[in-house]
Amino acid sequence: MSAILTPVLLVVAVGFVLAVILTIASKVFYVPVDETVTNLRAELPGANCGACGFAGCDDYASALAADPSIGTAKCPVGGADVAAKLAEILGVEAGSAEPNVAVVMCNGHNGAAKKLMEYQGMSTCSAAKQLYGGGNVCGHGCIGLGDCERVCPYGAIKVCNGVAVVARELCVGCGMCANQCPNKVIRIAPAKNKVVVQCHSTDAGAKTRKACSNGCIGCKKCEKACKFEAVKVENNLAYIDPEKCKNCGLCAKECPTGAINNMRAKRKPAVAPAPAAEAKAEAPAQAEA
Amino acid sequence: MNFFTILVGIILVNNYVLAQFLGICPFLGVSKKLDSAVGMGVAVIFVMVLATAATWPIQQLLNMWGIGYLQTIVFILIIAALVQFVEMVLKKFIPALHKSLGVYLPLITTNCAVLGVCISNIDAGYNYIESLVNSFGAGVGFLLAMVIFSGMRSKLEGNTAIPASFQGVPITLASAALLSLAFMGFGGLV
Repeated sequence: MSAILTPVLLVVAVGFVLAVILTIASKVFYVPVDETVTNLRAELPGANCGACGFAGCDDYASALAADPSIGTAKCPVGGADVAAKLAEILGVEAGSAEPNVAVVMCNGHNGAAKKLMEYQGMSTCSAAKQLYGGGNVCGHGCIGLGDCERVCPYGAIKVCNGVAVVARELCVGCGMCANQCPNKVIRIAPAKNKVVVQCHSTDAGAKTRKACSNGCIGCKKCEKACKFEAVKVENNLAYIDPEKCKNCGLCAKECPTGAINNMRAKRKPAVAPAPAAEAKAEAPAQAEA
Repeated sequence: MNFFTILVGIILVNNYVLAQFLGICPFLGVSKKLDSAVGMGVAVIFVMVLATAATWPIQQLLNMWGIGYLQTIVFILIIAALVQFVEMVLKKFIPALHKSLGVYLPLITTNCAVLGVCISNIDAGYNYIESLVNSFGAGVGFLLAMVIFSGMRSKLEGNTAIPASFQGVPITLASAALLSLAFMGFGGLV
């Protein structure tokens, strides 16, 4: 009997002694937790997406409590509401969080982009990218196998007709899709900008034209059309400076290939999905303008 | 057995990570950056010495009652409690160190290298002082492996000469194997 009893009692005794020591230690060495951190953390959305630049919501809350001057407006998910609440807790002025959204810089949908091959491998963009740069002739654009769709926690980006499309009213601009995209086709841009270049090809015009009917051929018509010097063509690709752009849409009208998309115009979207979403996203923007 | 022999033996010849393959998880997980690798290594030295200091007397107690076979379970209990205790003390008195050790300290609770060194001290028949020296050496060996490997990884990071399919984990494992092979050169030294 004692062969069983002794070890059992001994292990229980060891456990008990350790438990007592730890209990006492937790009282003796108690460190008060800063209540501000807890309050700040409660206001943050808890998506832990890291878009604020910190390692998750907890980290942002503690950094903010330690130094309020880093700004309460870093959370793009919570937006202005959360920024105001955080500022209230800290007793400082709220900065304005300019909302950002993801922009897909490609409109090479199935009808426009030429196919290089019928890709039948693993159905992820990163896998397809390793095989001759994906199934399209254009090696710069959207591969369309939905790596971004799978990583998005908000269901704001979908692949439709071979190209990724952002539902702007769902997108919070966290940038997870942009990091995931093997071709870096997605960028995070201010939501107020409605005129965007939907091409990512830096190939020469003739080569781009052969690969895709919607590509930017670097003709510089947009550059000449712009009255605010917002459009620049570099490396055969137009770029619209979000700071200077006034959303007038002149460049989009001039563009011979339709590489520039004016989301305010009542143009039929090249792809079927989420026209309602874009329409909704337009409404507040017009109010702003 | 003199202390120098013990130290050389445990640091180079029977290195815990590279020759005995204990504590591989933090070796691969925390060796991305040099400063976190050093932090983890120092924390392991600290915990190994403390754990040995606590478990060696307990083993004598267990032997006295003739229940030496309870070694593993009792040691795990004691190491876990010890690490928790140390964490509380650090949080209270040296918050800077607690912050820099961060998540590594609780991770060490379940590090098999710590349990391994406590048990192998007993198996090797070391006395109390020899056990402490051996534990210290084991920790230093762990630190050495971490530092060397983090240096290797910083060269691998973003290296375009590596084929795409080998980037990340595959090349890390392959280079860990090569490092381990290199340490085999110390075999037979002691």
